[in-house]
Amino acid sequence: MDWSLVIGNAAAELISPTTAAYALAAVGLAVHFGYTGLLNFGQAAFMAIGAYGFAVSVLYFGLPFWGAVLASLLASVVFALILGIPTLRLRSDYLAIVTIASAEILRYIVSTTSLASVTGGAGGLSAFAGEFYAMNPFAEGTYLFWPFDVTAKDLWVRVVGWSIVALATLLVFALMRSPWGRVVKGIREDEDAVRSLGKNVYSYKMQSLVFGGALGTLAGIIFILPRSVQPGNYGTGLTFFIWTVMLLGGAATILGPVVGSMVFWVLLSLTDGLLQGLVNQGVITFLTTDQIGPVRFILIGLGLMALVVFRPQGIFGNKKELQFNG
Amino acid sequence: MAAKTPVVHAKDLHAGYLPGINILNGCSLTAYEGDLIGIIGPNGAGKSTLLKAIFGQVNVREGQVLLKGEDITNLKANKLVTKGVAFVPQTNNVFPSLTIEENLEMGVFQTPKRFNERFEFVTSIFPDLGKRRSQRAGSLSGGERQMVAMGRALMIDPSVLLLDEPSAGLSPVRQDEAFLRVKEVNQAGVTVIMVEQNARRCLQICDRAYVLDQGKDAHTGTGRELLNDPKMIELYLGNLADLK
Amino acid sequence: MANDISVGKAAPGCKKVDPILVADNVTRQFGGLTAVNVDHLEIPRGMITALIGPNGAGKTTLFNLLTGFDKPTTGSWNFEGKDLAGVPSYKVARLGMVRTFQLTKALSMLTVMENMRLGAQNQPGEGFFAALIRPLWSSFEAKITTRAEDLLKRFKLDAKQDDFAAALSGGQRKLLEMARALMSEPKLVMLDEPMAGVNPALTQSLLEHIKDLKKNGTTVLFVEHDMHMVRHISDWVVVMAEGKIVAEGPPAIVMKDQAVIDAYLGAHADTDLGTVAIKVVKEKK
Repeated sequence: MDWSLVIGNAAAELISPTTAAYALAAVGLAVHFGYTGLLNFGQAAFMAIGAYGFAVSVLYFGLPFWGAVLASLLASVVFALILGIPTLRLRSDYLAIVTIASAEILRYIVSTTSLASVTGGAGGLSAFAGEFYAMNPFAEGTYLFWPFDVTAKDLWVRVVGWSIVALATLLVFALMRSPWGRVVKGIREDEDAVRSLGKNVYSYKMQSLVFGGALGTLAGIIFILPRSVQPGNYGTGLTFFIWTVMLLGGAATILGPVVGSMVFWVLLSLTDGLLQGLVNQGVITFLTTDQIGPVRFILIGLGLMALVVFRPQGIFGNKKELQFNG
Repeated sequence: MAAKTPVVHAKDLHAGYLPGINILNGCSLTAYEGDLIGIIGPNGAGKSTLLKAIFGQVNVREGQVLLKGEDITNLKANKLVTKGVAFVPQTNNVFPSLTIEENLEMGVFQTPKRFNERFEFVTSIFPDLGKRRSQRAGSLSGGERQMVAMGRALMIDPSVLLLDEPSAGLSPVRQDEAFLRVKEVNQAGVTVIMVEQNARRCLQICDRAYVLDQGKDAHTGTGRELLNDPKMIELYLGNLADLK
Repeated sequence: MANDISVGKAAPGCKKVDPILVADNVTRQFGGLTAVNVDHLEIPRGMITALIGPNGAGKTTLFNLLTGFDKPTTGSWNFEGKDLAGVPSYKVARLGMVRTFQLTKALSMLTVMENMRLGAQNQPGEGFFAALIRPLWSSFEAKITTRAEDLLKRFKLDAKQDDFAAALSGGQRKLLEMARALMSEPKLVMLDEPMAGVNPALTQSLLEHIKDLKKNGTTVLFVEHDMHMVRHISDWVVVMAEGKIVAEGPPAIVMKDQAVIDAYLGAHADTDLGTVAIKVVKEKK
């Protein structure tokens, strides 16, 4: 078993752009659920809006890079409004149901063959990130050091991705320590109490939904920069991975989503490497190599359950501040 | 008075709900047979916690609770009921879908053969329960439910009756009725320990009372002594009732 | 009997010389049950009015209706001349009519001081974009913090100001909710059982504080069961039973009303219960 490969792969996940994308989506979800108490089970949809919004804008509408980013964010705001207007005046469960449904609707829209000329249908979209890579200031070559050996392209996407994560984290940090954050934390606990103090609760919930959704959309854009857009990636599985990442780090903490994402991806890579090695060496005989993938996800599911039961506050969370009832 | 065994003797209790945090910090209480004991004090002092400590519903970390000399510390509630300790909680204290008679039946479900005898006794104290025995408890007002709850507790022929704020949430006329009921029950021979927020009324009817403060029994005396004690008035009772 | 609060004799639904709140034909039905059925109610400005009555009389429901937390079946009311029927609860609070709740709503996951700051209105930092630029709201924050500290001191909660509200006892949380309601300097404060669970010795000093509110021109409407308190500070008493207003008037008069005594106060209101004769039933052993 090549330990250096297993550990190297796992360590590389710490700075991978996918890790950054998940972290950013988790920051958005933390704004929704951790700080405001909104039950958003459709963060995958916001990410899909980022991914497809960007790719379609570039490929179909021919927009430049920044135009495509703006178009995606605009679509994200509209989507949040569509979700929020009917549901935010009702009990939190209604938002939960509507977000699950709308994520599925979105996934079907982007997979369907009738719209394939725009969305690429089941085949997805690729080759949209040219302008992005053209902006790369790093010259050709290999950068950093083991296990983080990266090319110039890899480095660029990581620098951009993680910078956005850092910026978003700072923004959320500043917001939550401000009077706005105070109102939203009050809403999380008791909406009527906050109304009795003269605050428009509906408006705050909508602002939170839009902001967290926008972060999810940016996450979707970062997610696709190094790869192609595949409709299969934006199912409910993605939403629950983001929930896992958020809960793992701590739902209403600043570093939680970032560290949660890193731990998640490192563990995923480690278990893959370990299981592969053990199966190949004949130590584990009841699994074949193609079963390793699904087994890993069984382990994630079990891990999420254990997390919720034994340490619902996550790594950084404060048990006293825990609010699970929306 | 000869040194007789008290019905309930709580010795130096330290108890709390969360690990490491004690609400009771060395609290003691003694109740002799036939006593009407009041527990009063400011909010957060531990009054309900003391009652729950006697009834095994909060973790007693130090100290002892003795029932007629027998150690019952941290015994579970179902065991205590068989030993004759009855508890009437402040809220959710009747089965709303059952009739008054069925609620009283629930009181003796461990000894169903005694139902008729106990029913007769309870309805002699609370005739309304007998008159309206087939009425659903859920249709009763707060004060009426409290009466049913007390009646049900009496069905086990308890050695001691523990009451948690019997007057809570009741209007003045119903509060007075509740306090007079407690007095009647006590006069019929039942030892009563009651926690009360309405300190004045509680002291007017009880034999002795304990004033809890920060988890300790800070003062004790007869009801009359405490009612007229200027320090008590200053710290706990307020003198609104005397202002005109 | 003549008084200077009502226009003419005191009677259920009587007009007031200077009303701050006027309500007409307010009803609330839940299925077959009529919880509130108030023909006419006027709350006198700058006075302390007590709303008393048995549990289930509709007092809290009436509070909820008037402050926009519940929708009436029928009815209209205006506050300072402004029509409030259908106005959402947060707008009612912004107009100067602030209420507290029977089951206290101190926000446990915020500190005492944060609870208080939340009570202030018009803090620019409560806007999303302004929140990101600290200089835009920091001086306002300092101002409301000072006001909060002052109020907390009066309610004897200043030592706890950095504790989470969850660490407070039930009575202390009630006090916090009341102090928080005063942060926005409301015109009408509606307190739902403000003293339930509060140490009687502390109650007295708080009643003095409520009297101070009146001195500052604030109108107070409160629900309470403690008749000594009602008698001590209220200028006017409204009695509700079964959803209707059954009596109104100065406390001394209302509390001698036989119907009110029978239904609510009890004949022993001023007697020592220890002296009341009870029937004795001895156990047949």
